[in-house]
Amino acid sequence: MENFHLEARQHTPFISFDPNTGIMEMKGRSTPENSVEYYAPVLEWLDNYLQSPCTQTVVSVQFEYFNTSSSKCILDVFKRFAQLHKTGKSVKINWYFEEEDEDMQEAGEDYSDILGVPFEVLVIS
Amino acid sequence: MVDYLALYEKMHDNNIMLTFKGEVSFDLVNSILKIIEDRLEKIEEDLKTKRKVYNILVECLQNLCNHLDDSVIEDEGIITGKTALLLIETDMAAYRLVTGNYIPNEKIEGLKSRLDEINSVSKEELRELYKRILDNGQYGSKGNAGLGFIDIARKSGQKLQYSFQPVNDKFSFFSFQIDVPKQGNE
Repeated sequence: MENFHLEARQHTPFISFDPNTGIMEMKGRSTPENSVEYYAPVLEWLDNYLQSPCTQTVVSVQFEYFNTSSSKCILDVFKRFAQLHKTGKSVKINWYFEEEDEDMQEAGEDYSDILGVPFEVLVIS
Repeated sequence: MVDYLALYEKMHDNNIMLTFKGEVSFDLVNSILKIIEDRLEKIEEDLKTKRKVYNILVECLQNLCNHLDDSVIEDEGIITGKTALLLIETDMAAYRLVTGNYIPNEKIEGLKSRLDEINSVSKEELRELYKRILDNGQYGSKGNAGLGFIDIARKSGQKLQYSFQPVNDKFSFFSFQIDVPKQGNE
């Protein structure tokens, strides 16, 4: 299975998913006008990953901005990992925020409340 | 000739960062976002405020764009299509974002009740409402989830201000205003 890689742009995040190490990264901004379209290939890749996942998956997410239409899509990404967790695989999601950015901290806590998966909200040191 | 100096000075005095009236497209929205982001980078030192203003502006503009799509109509010389008003200003205490657009009269009741609901609940209830819609709500073809106004209210910590001014028997003008307090002033 190929790595999934997208460079950051003005309205879309850097994404790097590695199926061999189980290290998944999302970073930057997610404010596209059409989030469903943008996230469709991301979710498709994850569906394939769920077929033959690593024994351990670590997800690191660090957003500067995301719009409400992305918030649903980001939840869908996390739900894929929650699904993996249910099958007994080790999954951990780390949500990073900058110390002053309370809105991003709250957003992480909101996701943590919704998802039944190990989810840590961490300040960037 | 119109006194453009007076107009210029009036805009300057009121600390207007940007005004726009015309057809709104996603390309235009992206250009405006870039302009305001660069401007905030220069004038706003507080990271929290900067992020809030930009985020809320994204929601206001994308909200506007998505809803204008639904109602491209010309009636009795009034074009109610993708034309809208946008105003961004700042003073010592806050940033103010204003949008204005025509809406069909039959949509007023639904929109008004949503805005009133958001304005009537506490900060904690708003957060629960957000989470509930995020987890269970349906989303539109572009991912617009009906979370925009809730997010704007949460991030600003302010009530959503709005008015509907009747234009004719089919349309009204919907004005929406949100103040984003400068966090350092709290």
